[in-house]
Amino acid sequence: MRFVDEFRDPEIIGKTAEEIRRLNDPGRHYRFMEVCGGHTHAIYRFGLKDLLPSNIELIHGPGCPVCVLPMGRIDDGLAIAQDQSVIFTAFGDMMRVPGTNGSPLEHKARGMEVRIVYSPSDALKLARSNPDKHVMFFAIGFETTAPSTALTLMRAKAERITNFSVFCNHVTIIPGIRAILDSPDMRLDAFIGPGHVSTVIGCRPYEWIAANEHKPIVVSGFEPLDLLQSIVMILRQLRGGEAKVENQYKRVVPWEGNRAALRAMAEVFELRPYFEWRGLGFISQSALRLRESYAEWDAERRFTVPGVRVTDPRAAQCGEVLKGVLKPAQCKLFGRECTPEHPIGALMVSTEGSCAAYHSYQHRKELVSSIQPVA
Amino acid sequence: MCLAIPGKIVEVIQGSPTLGTVEVAGVRRKVDLGLLQDDMPKAGEWVLIHVGFAMSKISEADALDQMRTLAMLGEAEQVMQEVRGYGLGEGESAAQEKPN
Repeated sequence: MRFVDEFRDPEIIGKTAEEIRRLNDPGRHYRFMEVCGGHTHAIYRFGLKDLLPSNIELIHGPGCPVCVLPMGRIDDGLAIAQDQSVIFTAFGDMMRVPGTNGSPLEHKARGMEVRIVYSPSDALKLARSNPDKHVMFFAIGFETTAPSTALTLMRAKAERITNFSVFCNHVTIIPGIRAILDSPDMRLDAFIGPGHVSTVIGCRPYEWIAANEHKPIVVSGFEPLDLLQSIVMILRQLRGGEAKVENQYKRVVPWEGNRAALRAMAEVFELRPYFEWRGLGFISQSALRLRESYAEWDAERRFTVPGVRVTDPRAAQCGEVLKGVLKPAQCKLFGRECTPEHPIGALMVSTEGSCAAYHSYQHRKELVSSIQPVA
Repeated sequence: MCLAIPGKIVEVIQGSPTLGTVEVAGVRRKVDLGLLQDDMPKAGEWVLIHVGFAMSKISEADALDQMRTLAMLGEAEQVMQEVRGYGLGEGESAAQEKPN
């Protein structure tokens, strides 16, 4: 196989790919969803689709927290920072996400105080060293990141740092998966479960997918071999008519999750009754907000946010790509009006967005292979 | 954002919070060990770091594999940018530890 040589341990990769072919039922059209944006990125980067039989289709799930955040929430965060005394802080991934009137980076160019941080504790540090300013941290991410925000808030409370607040956009993965399964557009056979979210929540929360929906779910690592092995494990289950939760990423993911992380989250956060996800609409109990006991550090309570629902530009099909109904290249704007250099939607901005991943790897590969050599 | 960065604990600094000085490809930074308080790592052990917090302990072999995977994913530069950015980029030199 052409691509096997590019990998480390090409022999094992080759054997695993062979095992997939052996377990494959060519009369079936399999649809496996990889939930996590990090897996989407890995699949494209490693060209794993080329190693799979053509009847196995990988569908990209909504596990990209930047991608599922509706534009209105970006606007809300930026509205808070319109106040000159507020410093808007966020991870680098957020900086180029378009709001109605531009991205955080564009707001920075227009004079807003905007700073990239690589950790919520650095946003808190900024608050400590800038007592005359208010530092707002735009918190985003699934359960992988929420515990770190939680611990940071516990620190802020313990030290009584009052010029600090969090604008909380943490979402939870299980309701997202449930919404996908409830969607009439989707017919899925199995899931490749998120790797790092699972280090926090463990594997138990996925048990209903197997028990109630009768679909296999295998929590996977991020190396090519991890993903291929996970597909082997899924195929074995399907062949045997089984549906259970398996952990392929045992070296990192504990079955019970991280209790300290879960405790920190429970201390600081509670579930919102509902929250809007791009592409999936309002999902109940799918997002976190700060508890009453942390009200002083809740940006939504300390500041007035417009709270306007903003729909994506009409031509952009972010929602459908997010749900896995459309492939990135099927969006009318893909590669034309919407590129990594000039993104219309968040899926093209985030490193975990399927459009960005597709554009970086697959699209170029197809462009290259479509160029005919001059004789 | 699913970036999980492998790092070696060089020193554990007890306190509230308990921090660990980690070394990632020669760059040293402090990360928060609060999420591992039930199973605190020791100097010489390896952890996976996410947004400046150690999330789980891993073996050295797996840490080196992870670093290779990140390189294969083309994320090595992003990783180093993030690590350098921890602590708002304080103190590049491993020999010199700036007091907080």
